[in-house]
Amino acid sequence: MSEFLFLYRGGMPMTASAADLQAQMEKWGAWLKELATRGHVKDPGHPLEKFGRVVQGSSKTVNDGPYAEAKDLVGGYTLINAKDLDHAAELSRGCPVLAFGGSVEIRPLIAMKP
Amino acid sequence: MNDSLFRRESGRLVSALTRIFGVHNLQLAEDVAQEALVRAFEVWKLRGVPENPSAWLVAVAKNLALDVLRRQRTALSLAPDLENLLQTEWTVASVVNEQFEPKNIGDDLLRMMFTCARPKLSENVQVALVLQVLCGFSVREVAQAFLSEEAAMEKKLVRAKATLAESDGFFELLQGPALVKRLAGVQRALYLLFNEGYHGASTASAVRVELCEEAMRLTSLLLAHPLTTTPRTSALAALMCFNAARLPGRVDDAGELLQLADQDRSKWNSALIAEGERLLEQSASGPELSEYHVEAAIAGVHSRAKTANATQWNQIVALYDALMALRPSPVIELNRAVAIAQHEGPGAGIAALNAIENRERLDAYPFFPAAYGELELRRGQHEIAAEHFQRALTLARSPEERRFFERRIAHCKNPSPMGRGSAKRG
Repeated sequence: MSEFLFLYRGGMPMTASAADLQAQMEKWGAWLKELATRGHVKDPGHPLEKFGRVVQGSSKTVNDGPYAEAKDLVGGYTLINAKDLDHAAELSRGCPVLAFGGSVEIRPLIAMKP
Repeated sequence: MNDSLFRRESGRLVSALTRIFGVHNLQLAEDVAQEALVRAFEVWKLRGVPENPSAWLVAVAKNLALDVLRRQRTALSLAPDLENLLQTEWTVASVVNEQFEPKNIGDDLLRMMFTCARPKLSENVQVALVLQVLCGFSVREVAQAFLSEEAAMEKKLVRAKATLAESDGFFELLQGPALVKRLAGVQRALYLLFNEGYHGASTASAVRVELCEEAMRLTSLLLAHPLTTTPRTSALAALMCFNAARLPGRVDDAGELLQLADQDRSKWNSALIAEGERLLEQSASGPELSEYHVEAAIAGVHSRAKTANATQWNQIVALYDALMALRPSPVIELNRAVAIAQHEGPGAGIAALNAIENRERLDAYPFFPAAYGELELRRGQHEIAAEHFQRALTLARSPEERRFFERRIAHCKNPSPMGRGSAKRG
């Protein structure tokens, strides 16, 4: 098993109705639960605020940001166990973020053990 | 988790926030509540639903409200009676905390209902507002429930909120004639909300059940408050219980509409019928006989009958006579005519249908020609019956209704032993 980082972008508009939000939230819960029972969830991760700071360069300038459109901002992450990248991608296909034009970026973690 | 948790919490948050920001800032209250719900969605989808979701949402909404107050309070005019306390950092947090105490949120929900039932707004608009503000329906969902265009509904709701904004503020729950008068408006709005679900045009049966459930939930709030739990409220609640008890019998296994006579009465919810009986008894505690009392009594007679034929139709006719005296309407006369037909035969029923006053108000109502159809069918006039059902078919408001009338037309052409009965829908 290797570890993979799932990065979620977009997936639910601010204008969604209360019922839509709840239905979509329940889909996430069901999806993660299913992955967890099969031993694929290393860490469910966290959602991320849409604001933050970016510190850059040797001058260590601190700026508000990153400024990106909501759909391009990373909104949350999960750590997943999977056989290989193909397998991880396969697992991500059930992610509810995809239903509303969102995306999952899958990045293999580089293991300490060479 | 409850299926409508988010929607219900939305109503609670909007009410408490409106108490703070003032009725003229209803839109702001809705925006802040929406932000709290979106935040719950973001966090819960990965971290799971917390043990007490309601308290979690309240905590988030409080923080968001404080943010808004600190950032904008100089530019905002707030609830007049809290304005001074909210304007200063000394008291703002404690005042906001207090408004979100569960007891206060409960009162705010009621006050919001009373505010939405402002007589200056048409009854339909009041119901739409209740759905949006207290039941957490989006504009699209409200429009769906009324089968109207989203843009038109949006316009109506925006105008309604402007009307509320120029009103005398958040309705106060104080004993007195103003409360009694407005309570009648609230009861009427909840009655219409229930009927929209029960008889309305909305196609998806899930929506219908949802509307009935919401009307019952809000009515139970009236029952729970000492100032609003009147005999009329009990009668209204009894009526809803009896009718809701029959909802599961209204469609067959394939989801097709069934007439009252053809319903499988074992599917009726006996716990709700018992609750209806209890409330009906409770409603008889005063001298008042409202239209809700009579309608509940009618629904009670249906609920107690083991079969359509065993129904006490003479009682039902007498009750419709009483209802006509209280609140005359062509729809009530139509139902009365159907009951007469059950009691005295189809000829008497058709005569009663012919005698309906203001019948032009039933021009668009598919179950008016359908009632003629059923009665003609029962006296063997199959071709005439088919014509009436054909007319009903052109007025059908949903695919279910359309299929129902198509089946009746087919039945006229090829009568089978199945499908006899009254034209009244259960």
